[in-house]
Amino acid sequence: MPERIYITGLGLISAIGMDVEENFASLEKQYSGIGEIQYLETIHKGEIPVAEVKATDEELFDRVGINPVKGYTRTALLSINAAREAVEMSGSELSNDKRTGIISATTVGGMVKSENHYLDFLNNDNSNIYIGTHDCGDATEKVASYFGFKGFMTTISTACSSSLNSIMLGARMIRNGKLDRVLVGGADALSRFTINGFNTLMILDRDGCKPFDENRNGLTLGEGAAFIVLESGTSSIKNNRKILGEVKGWANANDAYHQTASSPEGEGAYMAMSKALKMSGMDVTDIDYINAHGTGTINNDLSEGKAIEKLFGIKMPKVSSTKPYTGHTLGAAGVIEAVFSILAIKNRVVFPNMNFKQPMKELSFSPVKEFLEEQKVHKVLTNSFGFGGNNSTIIVSDVS
Amino acid sequence: MSEIFINGIGAVTPQHTHDNARFLEHIEIYDHNNLRCVNPNFKEFIPPMELRRMSRIIRMGIASARISMKEAGVEMPDAIITGTGMGCVEDTEKFLISMIDNKELLLTPTSFIRSTHNTVGAQIALKLKCHNYNFTYVHRGFSFENVLQDAIMLIREGDAGNVLAGGIDETSDNHYSISGRLGFWKDKPVRNLDLLKERSNGTIAGEGSVFAMLSNVKGEKDYGRLTDIDTFISPESHLYTKQRIENFLGQSNLNPGDIDLVILGYSGDIRYDEVFDTIRNSLFSGIPAAYFKHLCGEYYTSSSFAFWLAAQILEKQFIPAVVKLDDLNPNGINNVLIYNHFMEHHHTLMLLSK
Repeated sequence: MPERIYITGLGLISAIGMDVEENFASLEKQYSGIGEIQYLETIHKGEIPVAEVKATDEELFDRVGINPVKGYTRTALLSINAAREAVEMSGSELSNDKRTGIISATTVGGMVKSENHYLDFLNNDNSNIYIGTHDCGDATEKVASYFGFKGFMTTISTACSSSLNSIMLGARMIRNGKLDRVLVGGADALSRFTINGFNTLMILDRDGCKPFDENRNGLTLGEGAAFIVLESGTSSIKNNRKILGEVKGWANANDAYHQTASSPEGEGAYMAMSKALKMSGMDVTDIDYINAHGTGTINNDLSEGKAIEKLFGIKMPKVSSTKPYTGHTLGAAGVIEAVFSILAIKNRVVFPNMNFKQPMKELSFSPVKEFLEEQKVHKVLTNSFGFGGNNSTIIVSDVS
Repeated sequence: MSEIFINGIGAVTPQHTHDNARFLEHIEIYDHNNLRCVNPNFKEFIPPMELRRMSRIIRMGIASARISMKEAGVEMPDAIITGTGMGCVEDTEKFLISMIDNKELLLTPTSFIRSTHNTVGAQIALKLKCHNYNFTYVHRGFSFENVLQDAIMLIREGDAGNVLAGGIDETSDNHYSISGRLGFWKDKPVRNLDLLKERSNGTIAGEGSVFAMLSNVKGEKDYGRLTDIDTFISPESHLYTKQRIENFLGQSNLNPGDIDLVILGYSGDIRYDEVFDTIRNSLFSGIPAAYFKHLCGEYYTSSSFAFWLAAQILEKQFIPAVVKLDDLNPNGINNVLIYNHFMEHHHTLMLLSK
């Protein structure tokens, strides 16, 4: 019997809450974290809406009991906040025993500091401490040192699918017998680099994203972090863990169509979803809810929608995108939405796709419009797609 | 358990490594501390129209990937896995500088969309129309080893028969001067071949792209097998490292005495090289030893150069004088151990065997 991959801890910080409970409350109340830019310094303040975590860096330090010092990026602080919650919830310790690991993910790492200090980096020694926090591995190592952890660690960066891929790698390492427990997740802080980057692509909706709506006009950027503790079935039982769910299937495929755009028929998305489904041993009718990538761009929602339609046909499960709450958190999106998927199972609910009004004329299905309670939600499929055609799918379930 | 054969290899580095028919015959000598790749004829690998728009890291990546695939006779890999410490430095700098200079106005997207760390792996997939597994590891001095570890797992899971696996980093003038502020590089220019003679702090910077076609079936070329990988962070003592290496070899039922060549990551930085002396003198005394950073410089994925070197040595059964640390000559080279670290923080072990 292959080792089962249990979920024993969750941690999450986003624009709609500082921890898992607050995030769930916001989803329930249909509170969106999208609004005018408050924390980031940019000329786009007041013009481009974003979903910022509602806390200063000092407050993020304070929440995890670290004295504010230089050398921490917002990406690292978000990571530590979410990782601490996940580890505490699981009751596990990140011991240095070669059987434990940390896998994180990000798209722009410490860019939020580098973009402010780049001229210093070139011209003087005033901001040298942030040279070493620029790369993607920095936040992962900050999490590790917060726990005094020196075991296996790595970082993945596959654009917006990054953190779903960290869940996938963690699950594989357990199944391959390399680890017994692993903290998996990802983080991205909002930066001028990403806001301006997506702005040049002209895919930022000035009114906040409207996934799967006929009049959708782009995505809304967000920031946040989430971590999940994965533990092998054997180890979870031995350690008497509270099991919150199970990872049943995963797959990564490449659209190989364009560096940034998805193929019109969503070929890569279809491959990722169908492969994950096959691996889980499930049929399309087993899936109760799809937490879609659903960014709100014209291109993504059409491509993803077509792929979902092709795979599920008339046996369509409930579908929604939660990006109107959290914004598109880039490297953190996959794991944030995986946590939402587990919360949907645990609370027997389906989250509505806020801001949806008019069905897309190309699609035969519409996303869920209301917060649905007392639902049969045992198995959830979640997608994350990124630049470079990187398409990933995870299937989570309750433990039967 | 499936064995992992190295059936093809491609390397674009500061040495003439892109032609596998030659093996360090002509050595490129540098008298400055920021080594750049020797360019192959990129037009052999990339249409000229596309070439003009491509940053160096993408060119280096595509060319070396193509070389390794051609050699292995693979047209469509079952997976593409890349590792990079710094990612697309040139495109990231370009977008960042224009954003700062133009105060967030009048920007164009090209450099932004090519700044993501998975660009090289994605561009290779796009060229090949390869829909398969595509991952990018970005953990500093572990990046390349994480790639190999994943490739081994994928093949053993039965999910891939062959994997295109690469480590790649590019340098730039800005990257060199910025990372220099952290004390990475030597203050004065040093001739690369004198790297270990200069007893001072810092090393020389470099870059490179090495791709390998790994497979569960032995191919025509015999670069040996990739046996095992290990990574560990900031060990508390040299003794810990010594035990870690012994345990690592033990996993493959080997003793230090079974190693025919040990390739060590000497960088010429007197602050960090001592552990290599310790390991060499304690575990591998009397065993031939080699080094490589005088040829490629230091960067997060520099161990990919050592991997290329080990594979070439296994295939050609010959250790070039320029990499030798001693006058010892093994009788047949069957097991090569690579022990590297990046600034004494990220330590890695790779075992390649005939």
